[in-house]
Amino acid sequence: MSTTTDPQGGTFRLSMLLNDTRYRSLTMQVIAAVVLALAIGYLYSNLVTNLRAAGLNISYAFLGNPAGYDINQTLIDYSSQSTNLRAAVVGILNTLLVAFLACVTATIFGVIAGVLRLSNNWLVSKLMAVYVEIFRNIPVLIWIVIIFTIMIAVLPGPRAFRGDDPESRMLLDLFAFTNRGVYIPGPYFTRGIGGEEGSILNWLMVIGVLIASLFATRAVTARANATQAATGVRPNTLWTNLAIWFVPLIALLFVLGLTWEVPALKGFNFSGGIKVGGPLIALWFALSIYTGAFIAENVRAGIQAVSKGQTEAAGALGLRPNRIMSLVVLPQALRVIIPPLISQYLNITKNSSLAIAVGYADITATLGGITLNQTGRAIECVLLLMLFYLVISLLISAFMNVYNNAMKLKER
Amino acid sequence: MSDTHAESVAFVRETSLPPAAPPVAETGIVKWVRENLFATWANGLLTVASLYVIYLILRATMPWLFNGVWNASSLAECREILQGTTGGCFAVLTERWNQLLFGFTYPTELYWRPLVAFVLMFVALAPVLFFDLPRKLLIVTGLFPFIAYWLIWGGSIFVPVFVLVGFVVGYLVYVRFEKVSFAAGFFGGLAAAVVVWTVSGAITPSLENVLALEAVPSRDMGGYMLNMMLGVTCVSLSLPIGIALALGRQSSMPLIKWICVIFIEFVRGVPLITLLFVANVMLAYFFPPGSGVDLFLRVVIMITLFSSAYIAEVIRGGLAALPKGQYEAADSLGLDYPQAMRLIILPQALKISIPGIVNIAVGLFKDTTLVSVISMFDILGMIRGPILASTEWNGVYWELLGFACVVFFVVCYSISQYSQWLERRLATDHR
Repeated sequence: MSTTTDPQGGTFRLSMLLNDTRYRSLTMQVIAAVVLALAIGYLYSNLVTNLRAAGLNISYAFLGNPAGYDINQTLIDYSSQSTNLRAAVVGILNTLLVAFLACVTATIFGVIAGVLRLSNNWLVSKLMAVYVEIFRNIPVLIWIVIIFTIMIAVLPGPRAFRGDDPESRMLLDLFAFTNRGVYIPGPYFTRGIGGEEGSILNWLMVIGVLIASLFATRAVTARANATQAATGVRPNTLWTNLAIWFVPLIALLFVLGLTWEVPALKGFNFSGGIKVGGPLIALWFALSIYTGAFIAENVRAGIQAVSKGQTEAAGALGLRPNRIMSLVVLPQALRVIIPPLISQYLNITKNSSLAIAVGYADITATLGGITLNQTGRAIECVLLLMLFYLVISLLISAFMNVYNNAMKLKER
Repeated sequence: MSDTHAESVAFVRETSLPPAAPPVAETGIVKWVRENLFATWANGLLTVASLYVIYLILRATMPWLFNGVWNASSLAECREILQGTTGGCFAVLTERWNQLLFGFTYPTELYWRPLVAFVLMFVALAPVLFFDLPRKLLIVTGLFPFIAYWLIWGGSIFVPVFVLVGFVVGYLVYVRFEKVSFAAGFFGGLAAAVVVWTVSGAITPSLENVLALEAVPSRDMGGYMLNMMLGVTCVSLSLPIGIALALGRQSSMPLIKWICVIFIEFVRGVPLITLLFVANVMLAYFFPPGSGVDLFLRVVIMITLFSSAYIAEVIRGGLAALPKGQYEAADSLGLDYPQAMRLIILPQALKISIPGIVNIAVGLFKDTTLVSVISMFDILGMIRGPILASTEWNGVYWELLGFACVVFFVVCYSISQYSQWLERRLATDHR
C-alpha cells in the first residue's frame, strides 16, 4: 500500500506547479530567482544611470596613483609620493597591528577580571562586576574618545619635560608620556647584520631561535610524558624548559649586541626610541578594556560550566590542585571559552575600524577615508574595504571551525 | 530513672540551659567580614588593594562631582566661580541640554513633540515587554509608529494615516484569503496595500496643509533623540527581516538557503562602519535618479540590514535548539509550512531567542553612536562637534562625555536587567 498522496503518473496540469509538493519548491525557487534577478537588474540600471549622470566610471586605476598624503604611524616605508595601494597596505598593517595588540591585552584583562569575579572575596568580585557592567553598557566609540581625550588633554606636552626642574618626569627615565604619544625605549643591534641601521634578518633570527626553543620544550614534555607512562615518576622539567627558553635567546641577543635606545628630549620633541602615537594607544586601550569586559563574562561562564564534581573526582583520584587545574578543569573550560573568545577577537578586528574617529591610520581611515575623499572613488574604495574585512573574518571563522572540530567531544 | 540520680548525686539539672550566644567571631558582620574579605592572607591583601583603588576613584571624582558648577555661561565663568578648587563645570549640561538631547537645529518650540513620542514609546513598549498588561494596549503599539512619525517629522497627518490604511487593508485581505493558502493571503494583502499606497500617494499632495504639524526635515534631528530613533526603528524593522532570513537559512530549497547564507555571512563579516560608508557615499547611486533619499533613511536601511543578519543568527540558534519532535508533531497534525511555523515552531524558537535578541538590541543601540563618524550629529557627534568647538565650552570634556556615558548606561543596563528578568520569567522548565 502506498502512503504517498501525490497522484501517480497521470497528466501534468499547470496547477500542479503550486499544489504538488514535487514541483512546488521548484516553482518557489524559480520565482525567487526571477525576483532576485529583477532586483539586481533594477539596482544595476540605477547605478549605471547615476554614474553616467555624474560622469563617473568604475576603475581601479587610482590605486596606482600617488596618494599625496602623509601617515604619521607606519610599519613599512611610506611617503606622500607612494601609491594609494601602498597607503592601503599601510592601513591593513596598522589594522592588524592594533587588532593583534588589543586581542592580547583584552585576553589578559578579560581572564583576570573573569577569574577575580569568581573570587571568594566579596569586595573584589563586586568590583569586577561593576567593571564588567560599566564597560559593557557604554558604547566602545565613547571609550575610544574618552581615552583619546586623556591622551591629548591630560598628558603634558613635551615642553613640560624641559628644564632643570621640569613639571613632568619620565617614568623610570625610560618612558615619556606626552600628549603627542608615548615614547618607549627601542631595541637595536650594534653588531647585527646590516650595521647600525639594522635589518629585518636580525629579528627573523630571534624569532627562529624562539620557534626552535618551542619545539625543544615540546620534545622535553613529550619525553617526560613517556617516562611518566613507563615508570610512573614524572621528571621535573621546569629548569630544563627555562634553560631551553632563555639560554639560546640571551646568547643570540648578546652576540648581536642588543642595546636599548632611550628617548630623549631634543629641541621641541622627544627623539630616539619608539613613538607610539596617541590614537594607537587610545584605540588599543579602549578596545582592550571594552572587549575585556565581554571576555570576562565568557571566562566566568566557561569556568562555571565545569561541574564541581569534576574537581572532586580528580581530587579523589589523588591529583594535586595544580594538576587538577591543568588536566581536568582547564581543558573542559577552554572548550566552552574559546569559541566565544575567537568571536570576540573578530569583534576587535571589526571594531578597530573605529580608528577613523581618532585619526589612527588603519585601512578604514586610509582607503575608506582620505583616499576615498581625495579620489572620489567611493564605490571602489568601499568595496575594497568590505572585501578586506570579509577576508579577515572568513579566515578567522575558518580557523574557528577547524578548532571546534579538533576540540569536539569525541563520542564513540 | 531520675529518682536514682536524686539519691546518688547532690544536684540534677532538670531544665536545659538557654542556648549561649555564639562566639562573636562566628556571627553577624564579623563572621561575614572574616569569610568574605579576610579569609586568607592573600584575600586580605586583595581587599586592602581594592579598598585603596576605590578610595583613589572616589578621591578623584567626588570633589569634581559635588563641587560642580551648575550655573554659568562659559568655561571661563566656571573657572572664575571655582577659583582654583576642583569641581566639574556641569553648567554646560544645563545650558546645552537641548542640543545634547535634540540636536542643534530642531526647532526649540517643537521639543514637546519628540517628548510626547518618547513617552508614548513606553506605553507602546509596555504590552510587548510585560505580558500581564491588558492585551488591548497592543493597539497603541500598532499605532505608535505612525503617531511617532507624525509627531517627530510633522507634515500632514494624512501621510501616516494613508500608510496605516494601507496596512489595515492589506491585513483584511490577508485574513480573507489566508483560509485558502498563506501565500495567497500574504501576496494578496501585499498587493492590496501597494494599491492603497499608490492611490493615496497621488492624492496626498492636495491634502498637504490639512491637519498638518510644522514639518521638520530629518537633517535637523540630532542628539540623543537620533540615537533613540535609530535604535528603536532599526531593531523593530530588523526583527521580521531577521525571522525571514533565519527561516530562509533553514529552508530545504537550495537557492533560497544560499541567498540567505550569503547575505548573512557577508553582513556579519564587515564592520558596521563600512555599511555606514555605503549609506553615506554609495547607496544613493542605487536609487532611481532624482529620488533624493535622505541620509537618515539610508542609514536606517543599512543598520536594519546589519542587525537583521545578527538577529537571524540568534533566531537560527533558537530554531536549532527546538527538539526535532516539534517539527514532526506539526507535520503529523497535517499543518502546512506557514501554519507549522506560526503556530508551533516560531513561538517556541522566539522564546528561546529572546535573551540573544535583547543582546543584539543593546549592541545595536550602542552602535548607533557610529553615525557620528559619517557626520550625523548624534549625542557623541554633538559633543565632539558643535559643543566642544564652541568658544564657550572648548575644553569641557569630562562633563559632556560623562553625561553621554550615563545616558547610555541607564538605557543599556535597564534593558539587560529586563532581559534577565524575562529569562527567569520564561523559564518553564526546572521548576
